[in-house]
Amino acid sequence: MSFKIIVLAKQVPDTRNVGKDAMKADGTVNRAALPAIFNPEDLNALEQALRLKDAYPGTTVTLLTMGPKRAAEIIREGLYRGADGGYLLTDRAFAGADTLATSYAIAMAIRKMKDYHLIICGRQAIDGDTAQVGPQVAEKLGLSQITYAEEIRQIKDGKITVKRRLERGVETVEAKLPTVITVNGSAPECRPRNAKYIQKYKHAKTITEKQDAAIDYTDLFSNRPYLDLQEWSVADVSADAAQCGLSGSPTKVKKIENVVFQAKESKTLEPTDYNIDELMKELIVNHTIG
Amino acid sequence: MANYFLDTPGLKHHLHHPLMKRIVDLKERNYADRDAFDYAPYDYEDAIDSYEKVLEIVGEICDEIIAPNAEGVDHEGPTVKNGRVTYASGTQQNLDAVRKAGLMGIAMPRRYGGLNFPITPYIMAADMVSRADAGFENLWGLQDCVETLYEFGNEDQRQRYIPRVCAGETMSMDLTEPDAGSDLQSVMLKAAYSEKDNCWYLNGVKRFITNGDSDIHLVLARSEEGTRDGRGLSMFIYDKKNGGVDVRRIENKMGIKGSPTCELIFKNAKAELCGERKLGLIKYVMALMNGARLGIMAQAVGLCEAAYREGYAYALERKQFGKAIIEFPAIYEMVALMRAKTDASRATLYETSRFVDIYKALDDIGRERKLEPEERLEMKKYSKLADAFTPLGKGMTTEYANQNAYDAIQIHGGSGFMKDYACERIYRDARITNIYEGTTQLQVVAAIRHVTTGTYLSRIREYEALAYKPELEDLRQKLIEMTSRYDEAVGLVMEPKDNEYLDFHARRLVEAAGHCIMGYLLLQDANKDEENFRRSAEVYINYGQAEVNKIFSYITCFDREDIGYFKM
Repeated sequence: MSFKIIVLAKQVPDTRNVGKDAMKADGTVNRAALPAIFNPEDLNALEQALRLKDAYPGTTVTLLTMGPKRAAEIIREGLYRGADGGYLLTDRAFAGADTLATSYAIAMAIRKMKDYHLIICGRQAIDGDTAQVGPQVAEKLGLSQITYAEEIRQIKDGKITVKRRLERGVETVEAKLPTVITVNGSAPECRPRNAKYIQKYKHAKTITEKQDAAIDYTDLFSNRPYLDLQEWSVADVSADAAQCGLSGSPTKVKKIENVVFQAKESKTLEPTDYNIDELMKELIVNHTIG
Repeated sequence: MANYFLDTPGLKHHLHHPLMKRIVDLKERNYADRDAFDYAPYDYEDAIDSYEKVLEIVGEICDEIIAPNAEGVDHEGPTVKNGRVTYASGTQQNLDAVRKAGLMGIAMPRRYGGLNFPITPYIMAADMVSRADAGFENLWGLQDCVETLYEFGNEDQRQRYIPRVCAGETMSMDLTEPDAGSDLQSVMLKAAYSEKDNCWYLNGVKRFITNGDSDIHLVLARSEEGTRDGRGLSMFIYDKKNGGVDVRRIENKMGIKGSPTCELIFKNAKAELCGERKLGLIKYVMALMNGARLGIMAQAVGLCEAAYREGYAYALERKQFGKAIIEFPAIYEMVALMRAKTDASRATLYETSRFVDIYKALDDIGRERKLEPEERLEMKKYSKLADAFTPLGKGMTTEYANQNAYDAIQIHGGSGFMKDYACERIYRDARITNIYEGTTQLQVVAAIRHVTTGTYLSRIREYEALAYKPELEDLRQKLIEMTSRYDEAVGLVMEPKDNEYLDFHARRLVEAAGHCIMGYLLLQDANKDEENFRRSAEVYINYGQAEVNKIFSYITCFDREDIGYFKM
């Protein structure tokens, strides 16, 4: 029993290590000042896919990412950890997409990939924090969806069993394949990059990257076809340009506000376990933490 | 997020040493693997690029997993129950990470599942792992036992065992016993051959065995009944799957607490002979120990680095009398010297690993075809240098690891004496490095003949003859002076032809040679990379010159008759 798994991954600015120059004066993200990283929860998603590959030999894991040319790095990062291949959706016409236009483009790409049993992605990306793309992709493809997944337990008789992490507990659900799963950050961390895979795939490049960089090893690509990373444009996935990128995005940013946290009130508590427990509950309930 | 490979310029610097070209060409047999293995390099540049990428993975795992686990592992430690060892939970996480990252069997040929890396990049990984957690370096570093199995085992054994190690199984070398520590000739563990079962059985006790519950053991045992010396000992492979070895207890140690040090009971443990009978100690263990000593040097360098960083960071952050304590001469001198000793130790480590790399690669080629006469000469040259540099380097670097750890605590003041800071763990961890795999005193015994036969001096003269930038000429002159003092001191000690007198001053002479060598190595580093090494070259040569003068003065003022006063 083996499966074809698609992992949706996004390259994001590393908002976890924010310096003073992380935001521009107009309130937008200064992408140049932040390193581009693999969206953390997409790494949790990749790990779930790779565990299925370990458990069901013959299973393949293919990454799908949308972004500028440099987002090919995401595919390589996946390959270094054990994925089998990947596609980069890249086209000027995809730029400026909100979640609706993004999920449209991704759904079109998945339609083109045709053959799959499972689509796994992170719950949300750390740049937009919407958690909408996974569910929207499921809707557009007419598939069921399991969100907040923490652990994929098993696949048996065409059904997948998944543990979900919810606000006040866990629940275990079952779905028929194919389905879309969005993985929570509480799922196990992704395995490290592997020494053999990094040596095997370090030369993997998209056509654009090959054109941009001087290629030292001319016979390398002819002998090792797995080093060719596929780029897909709007036309490649037969998408309607009007539904892509900025023109396909009804979301408009109305206003951006700079919020400066200030201490307005303070409370003094006796340092007892009870008081700490109560304070934690209060902070969780009013969403200060958690 | 730091990356231990990227934040330590010395590593990349040494990876690009000119001798690496020769090493990689030899190791890769002119890149013959590239058609058979999808992860083999195309050429020299591609190989170096691969080493860097893999070392970046190591650097990331060190920073994100191994270092954060170090404190917990130190507190929790391993436990033993029903004869089996359970690692601390952090140790288990570390092992999972290095296995998944494919960092086992790094130096083994690809046909057995290894990465076919030279020893130098492998040792760089050890340097980083040790900086993250010196105790974990023991477990991970024991993978180099497989080198001995590869060199001396037969093809069938190689095929059965090496892929398992590359896939992540652990190893141990079971040498010492309650009455056989430094003196391994007295090993008594009994190996008896059974005609009926066509295998060997081991019976007896081993003590102080690092990672003694490993999957695959190399065991030194007495195969020749009635013998009492080293010539009656052979090397065996014991596979844990066969059973017969239990862990009776694990030692409660001062440091490297995550690494289980075991007492093992062998009860009719089935084993197979590795290599030829009777060569166990005199050939195989000697090879094993040389590799292990290089590993301990790497451990020492990692500890030097860790101690320096802890001390430096605290000195920057701690304010007294209205300013950061790093601004006081007493503190900045200490920090600068820690940095210089770290850089000097690292330079010596990689100089040694390059020597080992060349002669081992040639030795391995010699198993496939007859070496050309010039190749044989090259192998002999580097084998001798490796032989000379290993004990000197092990002795010097492990003492520096201790000195740096001591100074790191001193910089922390009272806080350093508390369990709250990493420096106290580093201090305890460093303490074993100048003891195991041969104490510093025993390194001196191995090194002194290279003082008396002139191996060190002729190498120093080669360094002296290299071209240096004009602004480094003052330093070179100091080193020339140091060398002549060293040479003179050697002459004075050898003149009476009195072995006890030579032994009495041996450590001083080996250290003086060490200061000259380390000084020149740092001079070469500074010549190539002014920004990262000039400061350490200046500081170290200043320090080394004073030390050599002290040694010289001690020897010239010493009356040979006075040895009597020292005899207790």
